[in-house]
Amino acid sequence: MKQLLIDYKQILSEYITNREEQTLYNGQNYVRQLIQKNVAPEDLVNIHRKAVADIYSDLPETLSHAYDFLIEVMVQFGLKTREHQSLLIQKEELRIEMEIAARIQNILLKTAIPEFNKLDIGMISKPIRKMNGDYVQFIHHEQNYLSVAVADVVGKGVPAALCMSMLKNGLETLEYGNYDPSYILHVLNRIIEKSVDDGMFVSAFYGRYDIEKGVLTYSSAGHEPALYFSSKFGSYVDLESKGLLLGVMPEVKYPQFNIKLEENDFIMIVTDGVTEIRDCDVIEARSLLKEIAFSLRHLSAQEMCEKIYAELQRIQDYNLNDDFTIVILKK
Amino acid sequence: MNDKLEVTINTEWDIITARQIVRETAKSIGFDTVDQARIVTAFSEIAKNIIMYAHVGFIKIDIIKSEVNKGISITAIDNGPGIVDIKSVLDESNPKGLGAGIPGVRRLMDTLEIESNIGKGTKVHMEKWLR
Repeated sequence: MKQLLIDYKQILSEYITNREEQTLYNGQNYVRQLIQKNVAPEDLVNIHRKAVADIYSDLPETLSHAYDFLIEVMVQFGLKTREHQSLLIQKEELRIEMEIAARIQNILLKTAIPEFNKLDIGMISKPIRKMNGDYVQFIHHEQNYLSVAVADVVGKGVPAALCMSMLKNGLETLEYGNYDPSYILHVLNRIIEKSVDDGMFVSAFYGRYDIEKGVLTYSSAGHEPALYFSSKFGSYVDLESKGLLLGVMPEVKYPQFNIKLEENDFIMIVTDGVTEIRDCDVIEARSLLKEIAFSLRHLSAQEMCEKIYAELQRIQDYNLNDDFTIVILKK
Repeated sequence: MNDKLEVTINTEWDIITARQIVRETAKSIGFDTVDQARIVTAFSEIAKNIIMYAHVGFIKIDIIKSEVNKGISITAIDNGPGIVDIKSVLDESNPKGLGAGIPGVRRLMDTLEIESNIGKGTKVHMEKWLR
């Protein structure tokens, strides 16, 4: 500490006399010594105080009190700065972990969009945070059937994403049987109800499409009603289906319904992130969605999904507040 | 001055009064201004923790002596909720809960030890010796 004081005093008195850039530069290099010797900020204030007292022998005593005050403040400031920095480091570590988790989730939940001549499929799914609480799965299990599941965990972020992974596993164990949508929701409900924390619910739409006959059999567990657009009538039908959210009660029956698609008809399955539009109630939001989709009906299913997403983002100043998923099946 | 002092910590006013006692004790032992400020700051942080988490507690201030050296010891005792995970409280990379300031406080002193029983209370003991 003594040598530090001697060096500091020399640089300081030099600067007081010459006020040269070179001396300031030397002062900055002096910091290296401070770091090497693990000198705290309050020590530096003390060094400065001593150096000043040596250079000016006639300093008023009150100035010494002022330095005492500064030292006191510096101790606390140093303490709090370090705390703050370690919080920032912790935050950064969490951010990196989240990035990795999100990447793993993307791989885990990735679903390939199957291609058919007789059905055009489009999909978009955008998480609001890093982790997605919406999930889409397409299963093409037998030549004639395509199944589509769209699920939305009530909640966002990591808890929702973890719950989603379980739902995916549930769906995959059912993948190889050609089960009815109502049966599939019934089983998923049992899985979710048993293994997920109370207060974690999932809404899901499950549809099985007969590619030859053009018939969609669907069932819903508390999910936003899917939209059916009839090209012939130029109008929409809400595919209402009453079924409780997954995970609320152990034994729930889910009714299922059929709808036949004609040429250029389409089905649009969305999550509630799509119909939660700012300054709109759900009915207004759904009719807005219908209008937008109607104006885009000449496009491919994928283009429709992307244009709807772009338009709804634009309307809300690129400030959506929930996970956003649209699936379109177009004949 | 007595070698042993004990103060009750219940309000912020108690902290201010006690800080004065700690500072004078540290000064009488021979700590310089910077170390006085460090000891008082460490004391303050521990006392604030008592008010925040246990509402009331007391702090003992002792002058400690070895054959060749002198120092100060501060022991804070409360009957508060206790600390579940002492390791995480002392871990510098994990500043949360009660431990928000603990690693920093430890750096201001020479030693800092925590004993805690869940539901019964916490004892924080710290020492600093003259150099």
